[in-house]
Amino acid sequence: MNAKKTKGEKPAKSARKPGKVKGKMKSATKAARTMLGRVIMGRHANGMRRVAITGMGTINALGRDVPSTLEAMREGRCGIGPLDFRDVDRLMVRIGGQVRDWEPETYFNRQQIVLYDKFTQFTLLAAREAVEQSGLVFEGELGLRSGVVLGTAAGGMNTWDENYRTVYEEGKNRVHPFVVPRLMNNAATSHVSLEYGLLGPSFTVATACASSNHAMGMAFNMVRSGAATVMLTGGSEAMLCFGGVKAWEGLRVMSKDACRPFSATRNGMVQGEGAGVFIFEDWEHAAARGADILAEVVGFSMSADAQDIVMPSAIGAQRTITGAMQDAHMRPEEVGYINAHGTGTAANDKTECAAVAHAFGHHADQLMISSTKSMHGHLIGGTGAVELLACIMALRDGVIAPTIGYEEPDPECALDVVPNEAREARVGAVLSNAFAFGGLNAVLALRKV
Amino acid sequence: MSDYRDRIIQIIADQAMLDPSELKLDMSPQDIGIDSLGLVESIFAIEEEFDISVPFNANEPEQSDFDISSLGAIVAAVEKLVAEKA
Repeated sequence: MNAKKTKGEKPAKSARKPGKVKGKMKSATKAARTMLGRVIMGRHANGMRRVAITGMGTINALGRDVPSTLEAMREGRCGIGPLDFRDVDRLMVRIGGQVRDWEPETYFNRQQIVLYDKFTQFTLLAAREAVEQSGLVFEGELGLRSGVVLGTAAGGMNTWDENYRTVYEEGKNRVHPFVVPRLMNNAATSHVSLEYGLLGPSFTVATACASSNHAMGMAFNMVRSGAATVMLTGGSEAMLCFGGVKAWEGLRVMSKDACRPFSATRNGMVQGEGAGVFIFEDWEHAAARGADILAEVVGFSMSADAQDIVMPSAIGAQRTITGAMQDAHMRPEEVGYINAHGTGTAANDKTECAAVAHAFGHHADQLMISSTKSMHGHLIGGTGAVELLACIMALRDGVIAPTIGYEEPDPECALDVVPNEAREARVGAVLSNAFAFGGLNAVLALRKV
Repeated sequence: MSDYRDRIIQIIADQAMLDPSELKLDMSPQDIGIDSLGLVESIFAIEEEFDISVPFNANEPEQSDFDISSLGAIVAAVEKLVAEKA
């Protein structure tokens, strides 16, 4: 991890003035100008800012930080195993991508644990890693111009579960005074804001399995528009408790043995838990302080299917994929890798492949698409954040994370799904898909620096 | 046994918003107008009605031990599960 490079924000650059940008555009190279209006400087031709990723952090079933997670993805390691929590013997589905041997006391003191549900604990650990890597210190003006937008589907599910037990099962009539501040969906966002003194726009997004992608899309648009200089963004989920898994079990879409996306033998999704947090920073701000820019966020699109509360729509997914590329001024041929939503359910995987085939035409056979859920499980509201790590690894390290558990081709998923083993490949642009229950779609587009 | 049949037909008919008299034993869930989510809900209702646990995965409905190819097959499968429980 990088040490802190600079302290705090440097004085505002004169480049912020519109006149300066105009001057820079004149000096842009011909090559840059031909890239559909994109410029090499810190601004786009339309005055929008470029968005740099300058830090990343995670905790999930594959590892408790980014290096260990990326190593596991490179090795195609599976983080899914037997679940370990109270009453697991009453479940039909007993596997998941659980963070093993989790002891919050290792990271937090008693007063903090009283206030932090597991989803907040995961978020704070991931945020710490991301902020340290970025080297940012949020003092003065930068604190005012920085915020937090995170995704989660269920928020403090463990807190709900434990306290329902207390009042219903144990028949007690008193709960801890901090139950509400612990379980609220915005708890993680607020604690990140408190921890780092982030005083700008901060909120939580809940769109089920697309929560993190929606959150990161919001963060991207806020930095791009100039509404914020830095946004901490991503998401987290901690639903692996009796009530959380029991609820999913009811839908009959869970696998009892493994997550095998795109394989003809797939038989459902497997839940995971954890968090991913990223630093989205105004490119000029990052460049001026000499930050290590990991990747550039260049496009985002979201849409609603308005069709079915659980069944995905290929048209909705296709519209969103195409929308993200259009927003990024990206030609389909530029995309080398897609991190799929790839849940391992019969419905999602064939629908997603049909959407990709339609959105890309002939190029669909040239690109790689993999689902890392096969390794870390489906983190529901946190999943897009952990999956963005695979996108950044593809751009930065030239390593494409595999879809593990792949056994048999499915004619309805006839794309290069990078089966079972990671692959070395140079890619210049990637997409990250998320298609949520409720028909809510969110796709991000990133470019190599 | 016909009691099971009538109770199952009533459950499926409620789900499809049809009159029980419109359902025939050789009809498939699709014929009746039950989609995959409706099927999951029907199976839940059957489990509750007969206090049984039906092995059904919506990802591979045809591979489950529980035959859902027709209304008659569902009735037979439920009768088998109830008998096994007894």
